[in-house]
Amino acid sequence: MKNFLLELLNNEALVYVLMALVPLIWVIPFALFGVWWERKISAHMQDRLGPMLTGGWHGWSQTIADAVKLLQKEDLVPAAADKKLFVLAPYIVFAGSYAAYAAIPFSAAFVGAEINLGLFYVISISSLVVVGLILAGWASNSKWSLFGAMRSAAQIVSYEVPVALSILAVVMVVGTFDLQEINQLQTGPVWHWLVFQKFPFLFLACVIYFLASLAEVNRTPFDLPESESELVAGYHTEYSGMRFALMYLAEYANMFAVSAIVVTLFFGGWNSPFGEFLSGPWWGLFWFLGKGLAVIFVQIWLRWTLPRLRVDQLTYIGWKVLIPFSFAIILGVGAWVLAAGQ
Amino acid sequence: MDTFDIVFYAFAAITVLSAFVVVFSRNLMYAACSLLFTFFGVAGLYVLLHADFLAVTQILIYVGGILVLLLFGVMLTSKVISVDIKTGTIHTVPAMILAAIVFGSLAAVFYATWSQVPEPVTTATATTRTLGELLMTRFVLPFEVASVILLAALIGAAFLARRIRKP
Repeated sequence: MKNFLLELLNNEALVYVLMALVPLIWVIPFALFGVWWERKISAHMQDRLGPMLTGGWHGWSQTIADAVKLLQKEDLVPAAADKKLFVLAPYIVFAGSYAAYAAIPFSAAFVGAEINLGLFYVISISSLVVVGLILAGWASNSKWSLFGAMRSAAQIVSYEVPVALSILAVVMVVGTFDLQEINQLQTGPVWHWLVFQKFPFLFLACVIYFLASLAEVNRTPFDLPESESELVAGYHTEYSGMRFALMYLAEYANMFAVSAIVVTLFFGGWNSPFGEFLSGPWWGLFWFLGKGLAVIFVQIWLRWTLPRLRVDQLTYIGWKVLIPFSFAIILGVGAWVLAAGQ
Repeated sequence: MDTFDIVFYAFAAITVLSAFVVVFSRNLMYAACSLLFTFFGVAGLYVLLHADFLAVTQILIYVGGILVLLLFGVMLTSKVISVDIKTGTIHTVPAMILAAIVFGSLAAVFYATWSQVPEPVTTATATTRTLGELLMTRFVLPFEVASVILLAALIGAAFLARRIRKP
């Protein structure tokens, strides 16, 4: 992709800017239709219909209408808020979640930056989001926002540990941080996917990573930072209009980013589940996005099935369940790799 | 001036300007926020020097760990409603002496090693594997010592944070 653009445009700087914009082609429509999808799924799970009117067919353009409304809204900054940080915070949040897309391999032919530290980069760059959330909560100067931000920061910081440890188990098996290389290792039929390797260790690592990543993106059952019954909307209580839309966009971008990591690490990434059949760069894109959406569906499904945890249950699961189990997985995988003499 | 120079000066400007805000801002929150840009700029410079592992670790440790802890601390220590967290200048003379000592030693190191600067790396290599192997072989003692110190700090923090039960 990069070489193709270089030949076409013959200008290095322009190509880099274009490459940086390519994931937006997916992120923005995904956010728009992801919200609609979530509303429809939640509605059907609760035996109602959800949006039905806007756009004709099953209200497909409801979120587009919502987005247009949000863009037209007055740009409100609360009088008591810290104006500079209040304005800056949504951009930091979005920059943090979008930056992860630089290293996500959408297909064999497209990955924003082919760096051999891709996986490590994706984990570390997401910490920008935490800083953005804290700034948003603090700058709003409201109790709801501040509590939401503090909960969010505490939750993300503690769940980063099981995330990193479960990823470490995968890295010990594959021996690389390069996401494209991890994809290539899983080429072939379904049982080449990492989730079935070193059974049951990597399967458990997959479950732990998925649970911890739910907490990282503040989804139910870990949505305490924005629990509407206690905190109105958590850290983005005071945001409205364009800035609220940006916060929402970042949230959905983040959701897809963690799903992309689940898919790449455990479910074969852009590889076709049928081996050589239906593979190739464009089919790769199809499989990758399809698997990603399937993981998103599980996230939504869990959100409308499970109740929210209490704060003590949240910390209990993080520190006393997920972390010891991920250490056990690392020990098991380490012993296996050592015994196999790789 | 090619792309490398432009990117280098952009990152250098981000680093230096935000570092100025960190030092001179009266508002602690603004200082912490611009520290984010300082770390980011330094990480960018590392990437330009092909030290990719260092750059990513820099973001993970300093932005994800230390900065978040700092912001968390600021939020916990101030009153929830008041925006009034200001910094002031105290202990001017000891601070000046300490700064002079740090500056002096940095300048001395800089001057002493000026002639032995290695050739800049021009090709990107996989640094992670090499670093890992070095940490497990040649530098295994410092590595283990550092981990023991961190473990001691961890246990100390857990001990201090524990609720003291009355007998």
